[in-house]
Amino acid sequence: MERTAVRGRLNWLVAEVVDLIDETGTVKSIVLDCPDWPLQLPGQHVDIRLTAEDGYQAQRSYSIANPPAGEKVVVTVELVDDGEVSPYLIGELAVGDQIELRGPIGGYFVWTPEHGGPVQLVAGGSGLVPLMAMIRALAESDRQVPVRLLTSARSRETLIYGDELRRLQSSLDNLEVAYTLTRAQPADWQGYSRRVDQQMLAETSWPATERPLGFVCGPTGFVETVAANLVALGHDAARIKTERFGPSGG
Amino acid sequence: MTDMHLDGNALGALFIDLFGQEMTDQNGCCDACGAVNPFGRAVVYRDAPGDVMRCPDCGAVLIVAVRTETRLRVSIQSLRWIEVLE
Amino acid sequence: MAIISRGFKGRRQEDAPRDRVPPGQYVTNDFPVLSAGPTPLISLDKWSLSLTSETGQTTSWTWDEFSALPTEAITVDIHCVTKWTKLDTSWEGVSVDTLLDGVQTSSGFLLVESYDGYTTNLPLADATNGKAWVTHIYDGEPLRPEHGGPARLLVPRLYLWKSAKWVRGLRLSSADQRGFWEGYGYHNYGDPWKEQRYAGD
Repeated sequence: MERTAVRGRLNWLVAEVVDLIDETGTVKSIVLDCPDWPLQLPGQHVDIRLTAEDGYQAQRSYSIANPPAGEKVVVTVELVDDGEVSPYLIGELAVGDQIELRGPIGGYFVWTPEHGGPVQLVAGGSGLVPLMAMIRALAESDRQVPVRLLTSARSRETLIYGDELRRLQSSLDNLEVAYTLTRAQPADWQGYSRRVDQQMLAETSWPATERPLGFVCGPTGFVETVAANLVALGHDAARIKTERFGPSGG
Repeated sequence: MTDMHLDGNALGALFIDLFGQEMTDQNGCCDACGAVNPFGRAVVYRDAPGDVMRCPDCGAVLIVAVRTETRLRVSIQSLRWIEVLE
Repeated sequence: MAIISRGFKGRRQEDAPRDRVPPGQYVTNDFPVLSAGPTPLISLDKWSLSLTSETGQTTSWTWDEFSALPTEAITVDIHCVTKWTKLDTSWEGVSVDTLLDGVQTSSGFLLVESYDGYTTNLPLADATNGKAWVTHIYDGEPLRPEHGGPARLLVPRLYLWKSAKWVRGLRLSSADQRGFWEGYGYHNYGDPWKEQRYAGD
């Protein structure tokens, strides 16, 4: 597996906000231009640091949403109730503002098309962000690695990247996407309507005999349930990588 | 009830600060049970108030990190070895 | 040199009652669950609390015996070193004074042990004369495991890491002995009003 070439302490870099994209009512993608940015691998995250005028600082980690693109770094941030950093990033940050970040971080929860497959991706809520970086890398690649994604959201309104996933699903022969909306579904909904369980995973994921590379991301409880179910379906635990976001998500 | 723990990648930046390189994909051996796992698979408790990294197999405390404004103190507990690929 | 984030203020609360919120803290309405490890699940029929004096003399209570002790209802503010403060939390528990009733001791320190192996330490003077309790009711309900149930120590005057969850044993000692977080770099005493968060503060 290729190594991320990070040596020495991670330095804080200054990036400029070049675009802000409303993904849903509570999720925003922030497009940053970051000089001297070391290229990321899909699945990695960045730390973002905010400093108030009196020197007070707060710092959080966010998954990177885009595959390597020179000095462009995209983070997709979900608003956390009573949060400290996400309300600022979503509600206050404007194009032209500067922001400090360091990274990319993480060499374990990483996948590129060169790693091969088949690949099983399972996302809960904003856990879709690092997996989307992987899917976007797949879309840019010549390698036709077979990838299956199961993504869970509360409703269509809270499903991130919905249009893009539908577009990629039809344009890429090697990408299959299954959706479950756990709280509210539109009238013509054809996907699943419940929390991810073993039956749903059995119907949407690669059989264990295919020995897929698994990546599961989302709130801690979601990740635990999915990982346990995948193992119960016969998948090798060593081939399932997890990124828990904590109780409330990323 | 699920314990609100995270994976080793949650301490990714700490490992880089400490070891000078990316560690989540490198292996460590638990001194309590002998299990070998990549750092990314460790069980991490954050803000406990410090950060605690535990063996995913037996739960033994591998590393404890306490970061103040001026310093980072890391205690290496039940880590028998760590291995870095050349 | 960090750059300033335009318009970022953090969790500053201009209207927080300054005389109740120690320096560097913010008031939360949540009750965050923070732990160094998995939540131990202790059944009441196996639970016991022991008190050991510096001479080795031990008293212990089963859950039934502990439940028969006189309790107090208290409302206190609690302060976590991770910077959140929760005002007016209500608990019910047995005062440490009650547990020490009849115990002869000249020791200066209280060493605390929990079911998951966690330890902490404090001067005995900070656990007596109405300053500490072993609590089993929070907000009118039995204390939940994630918050330290069946019973936890409560020492509101110090940072909350001293209020050991899942308390199993209290040991009177002539010598101080650093507990888990004290040994890893947190302050040995932990007074929130002096902002004694880390060793050396």
